[in-house]
Amino acid sequence: MIPPNLFGIGQMGLLFVILFFIILVIFAFFGRRRPPAALREIPAFQKLWRAVGLAVEAGTRLHLTLGRGNLSGLQSGSALIGLSILDRIARTASISDRPPIATSGEGTLGILSQDTLYNSFRAVGQGGQYDASLGRISGLTPFAYAAGTLPAIYDEHVSTTILSGHFGSEVALITDASERVGATTLAGSDEVSAQAVLYAAAQEPLIGEELYAAGAYLKAGLFHNASLRAQDVLRWVLILAILLGAILKFLQIL
Amino acid sequence: MKIKVPFSAAIAILFGLLVLAGYFIEIPWLSDLHNMFLQWAVILAAVALLVGIANLASVHWTKASSEQNGSFYSAVLIISLLITLIVVGYLGPTAEWSLWIFNNIQVPVESSLLAILVVVLTYAAMRLIRRRLNLFSIIFIGTGLITLLGIAPLFGVVIPGLHGAFGFRTLIAQIPAVAGARGILLGVALGTVATGLRILMGADRPYRG
Repeated sequence: MIPPNLFGIGQMGLLFVILFFIILVIFAFFGRRRPPAALREIPAFQKLWRAVGLAVEAGTRLHLTLGRGNLSGLQSGSALIGLSILDRIARTASISDRPPIATSGEGTLGILSQDTLYNSFRAVGQGGQYDASLGRISGLTPFAYAAGTLPAIYDEHVSTTILSGHFGSEVALITDASERVGATTLAGSDEVSAQAVLYAAAQEPLIGEELYAAGAYLKAGLFHNASLRAQDVLRWVLILAILLGAILKFLQIL
Repeated sequence: MKIKVPFSAAIAILFGLLVLAGYFIEIPWLSDLHNMFLQWAVILAAVALLVGIANLASVHWTKASSEQNGSFYSAVLIISLLITLIVVGYLGPTAEWSLWIFNNIQVPVESSLLAILVVVLTYAAMRLIRRRLNLFSIIFIGTGLITLLGIAPLFGVVIPGLHGAFGFRTLIAQIPAVAGARGILLGVALGTVATGLRILMGADRPYRG
């Protein structure tokens, strides 16, 4: 049976996802044969690598907080990026006296942070270092989450706090605590109001799609580089579509 | 390209594809399947919430039973959690004593945090001037001040050209702010789709397997 609205919004969305998938696979396929393309400098990621090295040397802790986004909703993207960052830093910093900790404000994110830490520790042969309390849920309402994250920053010798996920304005309480203990703060979110707060409150804010480039900058794999390039291509497609739509609307064709 | 896909990843990919297809294609059986999987996800999220509470209690129990900094506060959390569980579990969430806990403890504590947030945000704006004094920071703070003055007139004084439906504040809020937010949201949307596709392809696996 042919659905009545074959070329409705839903089908356009599906076509867009399929186009994205094809471009991603093409870039991944050709990316295997070529060295990865040079990426523009984002200070936050340069600082992150330096912070990971310093934390291992100085025996301090890296703290990553994943926000309180629901995994079954649109807010999950930034938290999943946070989990990719957690995987990369845990692999490098798992040999430290104080391994990285992850806090979150949602049940599934808490479980996934534990899983990610466990996998990362095991992957580098440090399975014995893993402790379930390294991935913890700090609170389940926005302010409870923010307030519950503060003791992790104040009491656990944190030298760098990375914020990646869905936050509200309460995120300022977390960045403020991080500043008070002299820790470096790198932060990005999918929420526009949180991005405004983080622009002022974080030392290294990641604006818009910069957060989603984290995997490529942290060398998380071929598909992260490919998806970054696919995003660049599709951004231009969208810009052209918006401009074309505006012109057609102006000419009263649409 | 050779991708090794373990069983757990295969399950995640299969369910992800079915939910995605159900979202975009309006075929009755696919929509039913989509809705059923989403309901399962909601139930699993609720179970994860319980696991989360257990995790929270376990972390604070360890802390309360040690000599660490803040062990007193962890003990307070454990006691509060137990009292709330007993009262709400026994009497129900809308009972008088359950609502008393909510209205007289939860709401005031969160309100006080909101008040602290105002101070923290003001301090963050000051810190921004000290840390990154450039054109964008000046525009950011200037826009913030104009918007604040536009929303809440200082001493009730209405400034001509700033307040009102055609004032400068409305102009900022409706044109450059919306345009900027849409640009940011387009980037976020593209990033979210890319992240979702990587999960669907099994290239990103934030779960054991």
